[in-house]
Amino acid sequence: MKTYLPPKFIVERDDYRCIRCEVCVNQCTFDVHSYDTEDDEIRSCEENCVGCHRCVVFCPTTALTIRRNPLDYRENYNWRPEVIEDIIKQSETGGVLLTGMGNDKSYRIYWDHLVLNASQVTNPSIDPLREPMELTTYLGQKPDRVEFGSLGLKTDLAPQVRLELPVMFSAMSYGAVSLNVQESLARAATGMGTLWNTGEGGLHPKLYKYGANTIVQVASGRFGVHPEYLDAARVVEIKIGQGAKPGIGGHLPGEKVSAEVSSTRMIPEGTDALSPAPQHDIYSIEDLAQLVYALKEATNYSKPVAVKIAAVHNSAAIASGMVRAGADIVVLDGLRGSTGAAPKIIRDNVGIPIELALASVDDRLRKEGIRNRASVVIAGGIRNSGDVAKAIALGADAIYIGTAALVALGCTTCQQCHTGKCAWGICTTDPWLTKRVNPDIGARRLSNLLRGWSLELKDILGGMGINAVESLRGNRLNLRGVGLSDTELEILGVRMAGS
Amino acid sequence: MKEVVTIDARGIFYRELNAKLREAVSNGTQRIELRNVYGQRYIGTDLDKPVEIDIFGTPGNDLGAFMDSPRIIVHGNAQDGCGNTMNSGEIIIHGHAGDILGLSARGGKIFVREDVGYRAGIHMKEYQDKRPIVVIGGTAQDFFGEYMAGGVLILLGLNLEEGEGHKANFIGTGMHGGAIYIRGEIQEFQLGKEVGIAELDETDYSVLKERVGEFASHFGYDADQILKYKFTKLFPLYLRPYGRLYAY
Repeated sequence: MKTYLPPKFIVERDDYRCIRCEVCVNQCTFDVHSYDTEDDEIRSCEENCVGCHRCVVFCPTTALTIRRNPLDYRENYNWRPEVIEDIIKQSETGGVLLTGMGNDKSYRIYWDHLVLNASQVTNPSIDPLREPMELTTYLGQKPDRVEFGSLGLKTDLAPQVRLELPVMFSAMSYGAVSLNVQESLARAATGMGTLWNTGEGGLHPKLYKYGANTIVQVASGRFGVHPEYLDAARVVEIKIGQGAKPGIGGHLPGEKVSAEVSSTRMIPEGTDALSPAPQHDIYSIEDLAQLVYALKEATNYSKPVAVKIAAVHNSAAIASGMVRAGADIVVLDGLRGSTGAAPKIIRDNVGIPIELALASVDDRLRKEGIRNRASVVIAGGIRNSGDVAKAIALGADAIYIGTAALVALGCTTCQQCHTGKCAWGICTTDPWLTKRVNPDIGARRLSNLLRGWSLELKDILGGMGINAVESLRGNRLNLRGVGLSDTELEILGVRMAGS
Repeated sequence: MKEVVTIDARGIFYRELNAKLREAVSNGTQRIELRNVYGQRYIGTDLDKPVEIDIFGTPGNDLGAFMDSPRIIVHGNAQDGCGNTMNSGEIIIHGHAGDILGLSARGGKIFVREDVGYRAGIHMKEYQDKRPIVVIGGTAQDFFGEYMAGGVLILLGLNLEEGEGHKANFIGTGMHGGAIYIRGEIQEFQLGKEVGIAELDETDYSVLKERVGEFASHFGYDADQILKYKFTKLFPLYLRPYGRLYAY
């Protein structure tokens, strides 16, 4: 069938600069560039270009420019090019539109409508360069009250996890991302005193040594879940849902189940890894409690159990149930949460913004007097330390970053994760491509990112006259809203700027 | 160190009971008798030694969840989630078992003398030498072997009357690995659309002989008598039942 899809990008090559080195030909995984030996020319098959800019970055003479194809259809706000192209794709395949990354639609990003406070005159700000600032965060259930005896603390504490900064790496499974990516995350987390998350794909033997900084996931497919896996971890996370695809399961296609991937998922090579939509032992809060405590029993109450849900309409009530079911950490993944593959229609239309979910969950748990019984961690589109600070002020204990971490490794958010052809070698299991992420360099890039954010967070705190992140947590007086309706302000629990 | 330890579980919460079991097993106990068990959960979880546990009474949900190595004999009925994500070991139930028996089991063996509830064997999987085996003496409810990705599921129907068939529907829905063997009548409409019916070959008979043999020896049946009847084999039609769903 002749495809009616026009090229999305235009590849421009400055022939004067091009030295025919064929770097672009070798770097492109979507077969855009090719070298014609007879004419000594590099040609471009523009319809294959996904706009990942791998060739642009690697061209030694900067001869390449990738531009969006303007696609000047007759202007129509309803029938935008994306809408038209999606229909074309479906009429040519008859399938569910698959995509990667997080929701790219223009839903309001509340972080951009929240501003932070700073000290002026009436209370002094603190200079973090000269005075100690604390970002240390403890995740886990906190007691209702503590008792001290002559020898110190008498109350038995539930297991706590110490983070040197309130930023962790989100769940990205081996199979979705490469082993080199996971190793980069694991090493950066270990070096910086935070945690990374295996996702639902098992733990590769090479990464067991990073266990003390590892969150292992138990999801509906139960892939690679066995006693050593649970024992190796610092935290066990039950995954109920994911922000990019609330309510639906996952299929890791057979092509991605290589010999190595099969060894951690523990399924035969080449078979689809199907994660059912629900966990079939969880149909209620009571059932969730049963799995939470099964995992606590399986690990002899030695580590916190987290429960991750996608942020949906009833998140606050569900989160209350999760805490009552024994979750030590409640994880909320918002509307803009990313994925290695999800139906586009789900990614773009299901779930609620994380800012609203966080505010309502924190509020609900406080009102019910159970906020101390679980830490709250959020995920889904956190871009910088400003977002982190605002999230903490809204009530989060810590933040998961996924996409931001991948961008540190080279990702340009081209949304081709589901194809397994990632030219940056991130979201692929192709051994030729995975070499593009060197774990030595990857770990350094990620550590640099976390270091940068730590310095900035300290600056933000210092500016407010606060010397510990603990004092910012849930401190919504340090936030003000800009350009928000009364209802939005009410749900966020913040006042309008100027008031 | 004691070879056999008896624990009276009456009035003990599961957390305390399981702590006692851990302690006994770490002391090198080989055999444990649990008396007066009334619904305590997670028995057999986190013991990781080949200890033998005899349970008298009714163990609670998630019996042997994430279990690695122990051998559990239940003198009574088991409830839901028995053998949940079990890794290795053996559970022998002299009675009925509830729903989701062997959910996501990765290895080990489960033998149930009587009937089981809904979704038995759901999403069992196998990898290399790890292959879960479940043998059920009676009959099962709907979604038997749903999403099954590996292992062996055998349904004997020994308590069915002459001419009475199994009642389960949606058998093997979403199945994409492993094998189901059913003794007794089964109609095509009872099957999920991802499974096919096959005649048994030599390998199948040797699997059945071995596993039904074990079942018979646990519960005092004559294996040859059981094996005389016709068995049906169900197998996944596709390794990738949901392969052609997507547009890129």
